[in-house]
Amino acid sequence: MRTLEDSRLTVDDLIAWLMRFDEQITRQAERLTELDSAIGDADHGTNMARGTAAVRSRLSAARPDDAGALLKSCGMALVSTVGGASGSLYGTLFLEMARRVGAASELDRTVFAAAFRSGVAGVVARGRAELGDKTMVDALQPTVDVLDTAAADGVPLADALRSAADAAAAGRDATIPLVARKGRASYLGDRSADHLDPGATSAAILVQALADSLAERGR
Amino acid sequence: MKKLINAPAAVLADALKGVAAAHPDLSVDFANRVVSRGSVTQGKVALISGGGSGHEPLHSGFVGLGMLDAACAGEIFTSPTPDQMLAAAQTVSAGAGVLYIVKNYTGDVLNFEMAAELAEAEGIAVKTVLVADDVAVEDSTWTAGRRGVGTTVLVEKIAGAAAEAGADLEAVHAIATRVSENGRSMGVALTSATLPAVGKPSFDLPEDEIEMGVGIHGEPGRKRVPLVPAAEIAEELVSSILADFDFTGAPVIAMLSGLGGTPLIELYAMYGDVAALLEQRGVTVERALVGDYITSLDMAGCSITLLRADEELLRLWDAPVSTAALRWGV
Repeated sequence: MRTLEDSRLTVDDLIAWLMRFDEQITRQAERLTELDSAIGDADHGTNMARGTAAVRSRLSAARPDDAGALLKSCGMALVSTVGGASGSLYGTLFLEMARRVGAASELDRTVFAAAFRSGVAGVVARGRAELGDKTMVDALQPTVDVLDTAAADGVPLADALRSAADAAAAGRDATIPLVARKGRASYLGDRSADHLDPGATSAAILVQALADSLAERGR
Repeated sequence: MKKLINAPAAVLADALKGVAAAHPDLSVDFANRVVSRGSVTQGKVALISGGGSGHEPLHSGFVGLGMLDAACAGEIFTSPTPDQMLAAAQTVSAGAGVLYIVKNYTGDVLNFEMAAELAEAEGIAVKTVLVADDVAVEDSTWTAGRRGVGTTVLVEKIAGAAAEAGADLEAVHAIATRVSENGRSMGVALTSATLPAVGKPSFDLPEDEIEMGVGIHGEPGRKRVPLVPAAEIAEELVSSILADFDFTGAPVIAMLSGLGGTPLIELYAMYGDVAALLEQRGVTVERALVGDYITSLDMAGCSITLLRADEELLRLWDAPVSTAALRWGV
């Protein structure tokens, strides 16, 4: 039987998400850097791992009181440690989510979907990238769409997130044939095709981490 | 990899210690990785630049009288972060506003944009000038646009002189924009660069080939061609720049910068060819600068930058400057 809690995210759920994000980024850092060396400047894994480790140590040092404070702390940690385009884009994602949720201590599926939509809108505005430009937006936008639809249809959050993770992975894989139009990969022109985009790959890890950590909660 | 380092991860921190030791007139904020002038001149527009490290003397070598007020150092080849840029603004802002000088790379642009928002929120007036002068990149709405390279040095010098002379933020921004819009560059790599943290060359370039139009992080250029004599390389670079912008009928400032791994004698040999070509094509070089000014770690090669100047820009170019890497008239 499902309870109301099934469709809410607490501060602890958000912490579990970000800890798992760090775990997965650290594990896949070398692969992310390898993807980046093909079409970028070979530092995406290193930079992201530095950032998620900073998020982990911040959250370990002090447990934020509410969801907004947590997301803001995470965003600032990423902005100030990742560097490059990824730092400001991932930072913007979390800072915009924080702004949207304010001092809430729990997020229901509708609020979370809306917050994630705000975050991704912030990324799009900051990076001026659109779907199909071979960037992290290609994994994030499908996630937003799935979460919105699921929230409207009353789908339990864990199920919605599983579908969202699949959508993000599909969006990530769809970047392979694309020619990059934003970021350093765009300097390669046609030569950027036939490569997986590292930003879309780390963004898919972010969504998968939430789906996984929530699935674990249910057990 | 043979390098003068203690540990790959400590290169930037160690270099900042060296900057502080060598230049006691500068102030180094180790926590924020900001190099600034030792003192603030009230009422002067503050010029701040920054970027990934590995391009020295850009930017910290250009902090001082007549040029920058502060420089933010990012990790090697990685943009600095907004908190660093905000700290720099708070340190050197003197009530007349701040000009951020930004090279057109996505990371730099996004981080300086966030920094400008943060500084504005703190009540500091900010304007930004973007440098996007690399003719090797096709300028198109479908890419991140042209990379910002050598013209950045000229923007920092000329806008710095304008600020020193008391111009307000609006006027300094206008001068900086004029320099940015009238400057063009292109580079060539003979070898790749080796990042200390990576330990091996970041791209493969065979012994007998060169990368024409290379970026300052080793981004691929227009084409990879067989190694040819300096005069032919000069011909290719000069022709590409002149095909992009008209440099005739105005005084021109020319800069030939090494990329870090090419000796000065080769740079001068190269400049001799460049100067002859420019004269043939009717370009009048009034001022020239040859040396390592915008580099790419240990990459061998060079870049050429031309600025279509005028009397005012020449006067600002000649104004006194006193920095670690550029010094005259003082």
